[in-house]
Amino acid sequence: MSLSLIETLGHSTNDALAAFGDFWRFVGRTLSWTIRGMFSWRNLRLLLPQMYEIGVRSVPVIAITGAFIGMVMAIETYTQFKTIGQEQRLGSIINLSVVKQIGPVLAAVMLAGRVGGALTAELGTMNVTEQLDAMRVMGADPIRYLVAPRFIACLILTPILTIYSDLLGVLGGWLVSVKSLGIPNEPYWIFSAQGVDTWEIMEGLVKSLFFGGAIGLISCYKGFNSGAGAAGVGRACTESFVASFIAIIVLNFFFAKLLRDWYEAIYGIVGIFG
Amino acid sequence: MALIELKNLHKRFGRLVVLDGVDLSIEAGQSLVILGASGSGKSVMLKHIVGLLRPDEGEVWFSGIRIDTLPERQLMPIRQRFGFLFQMGALFDSLTVAENIAFPLIEHTHKSASEIRQIVAERLRMIGLPGIGQKMPADLSGGQRKRVALARAIALEPEVILYDEPTTGLDPIRSDVINELILRLKRQLKITSIVVTHDMQSAFKVADRIVMLADGKLIADGTPQQIRQSDNPAVQRFVTGEASPEELSVLRDID
Ligand SMILES: Nc1ncnc2c1ncn2[C@@H]1O[C@H](COP(=O)(O)OP(=O)(O)OP(=O)(O)O)[C@@H](O)[C@H]1O
Ligand SMILES: [Mg+2]
Repeated sequence: MSLSLIETLGHSTNDALAAFGDFWRFVGRTLSWTIRGMFSWRNLRLLLPQMYEIGVRSVPVIAITGAFIGMVMAIETYTQFKTIGQEQRLGSIINLSVVKQIGPVLAAVMLAGRVGGALTAELGTMNVTEQLDAMRVMGADPIRYLVAPRFIACLILTPILTIYSDLLGVLGGWLVSVKSLGIPNEPYWIFSAQGVDTWEIMEGLVKSLFFGGAIGLISCYKGFNSGAGAAGVGRACTESFVASFIAIIVLNFFFAKLLRDWYEAIYGIVGIFG
Repeated sequence: MALIELKNLHKRFGRLVVLDGVDLSIEAGQSLVILGASGSGKSVMLKHIVGLLRPDEGEVWFSGIRIDTLPERQLMPIRQRFGFLFQMGALFDSLTVAENIAFPLIEHTHKSASEIRQIVAERLRMIGLPGIGQKMPADLSGGQRKRVALARAIALEPEVILYDEPTTGLDPIRSDVINELILRLKRQLKITSIVVTHDMQSAFKVADRIVMLADGKLIADGTPQQIRQSDNPAVQRFVTGEASPEELSVLRDID
């Protein structure tokens, strides 16, 4: 009884480790094709449709999320700042949160749902209908044809979409603060500019580059390893979203820690209250 | 030396033992038919020959190279020497019929666009579907898809073609055309063919050797003549298409 428990435990540990190794081998091969593929114009033919699918078609959802987050931030923080009589400084905290944390993270989470789900479903369907095998048999590596372009598209477009999300978030926050809560326009922008510097914006964008890479790799990997049938593909999509989401949240924590340490090493401690 | 050799091949999925010690060597130019009940592991065996599945035990050799242990990248050039017709076709559904057939040509040859167009048209004519190049696979019938997949498998004129049920889902006349096509590819281009089929007429027409897979092992191996006269009852029943009393016993409840 207890022996079989240990055995089961051993087996599942073994499987988990094997899957982990498998994932990193997949990552290695994707990176290798990405680098080799960069020197060939022919690959643009593979890349452009993915850029359209992943990028252009995500703009509305990203823009709406960004705008509403900015607006909610304004409403929620206003009361707090008003009680200490600092409501003019509202812009600094709204815009800082938007460009540094909420903008990039929410944009990435939206993309993990919208793009990640679609990628896993597409590649998973190709897997269960043996299209991936067909490609392998014809001596073509599906990682090069299918994964590398999708990975690159995620990598390039997530930061760009994050810029949209940031922009709309800033506008949404301004709209509510100035037009509805009655904070004077000029101090709002002055404090905003004080609170947010280039470092913070870049931090958000660098993070989103990694979020995008994680979304692309995880969702393609899950699609490639989906189980049989429609149920297998469905399960792969769910797993792909959950795994991408966790990756985003964990990466975000490590970036916060790492970049904070670097920032303090370079500039010393600077708070939003100057 | 045999072109393809399977040595003591074992494969299981979880608890299900599919291949349980298969030994088979195939000479260049031969056309081998594999028979076996549904679910007996014929498709699994074919996939081992091109390295799509790796055995749990045993070896796979192709023209003097052991391929079951080769990494994916080194398998690529070897696989170009194979054509593979998948049981379900496995056409790329985001590409047109013509693009599907052109895929291996674009990938592995330096032919010009007009040469490729010509070959594609030629292949479509061979399978009896001229002029459907611009259609998408989703717009074809099951049998048409199968034939397009066949056209793609033979696009490069490979040395070895593996056919997984080439005539299933086709009408009898179309089946015979496909049989003739397989024979002609073998005779004119000296292509080695391995054909999985349930269609006895097709089997006896194209084979110069027939093997039968059951319970993970090859239970019969011989010329079509020898198989026809086999005294193994399982083989006999398969050839004549008669179920055994045990197999029929599941229907007893209906009476
Ligand atoms: N990738 C896989 N994972 C798990 N089980 C598999 C896999 N591939 C095949 N099997 C199982 O192996 C057995 C043999 O399958 P295979 O497809 O080789 O049968 P077959 O002889 O080709 O049958 P058919 O004539 O119906 O095509 C089946 O029971 C199938 O469920
Ligand atoms: Mg089969």
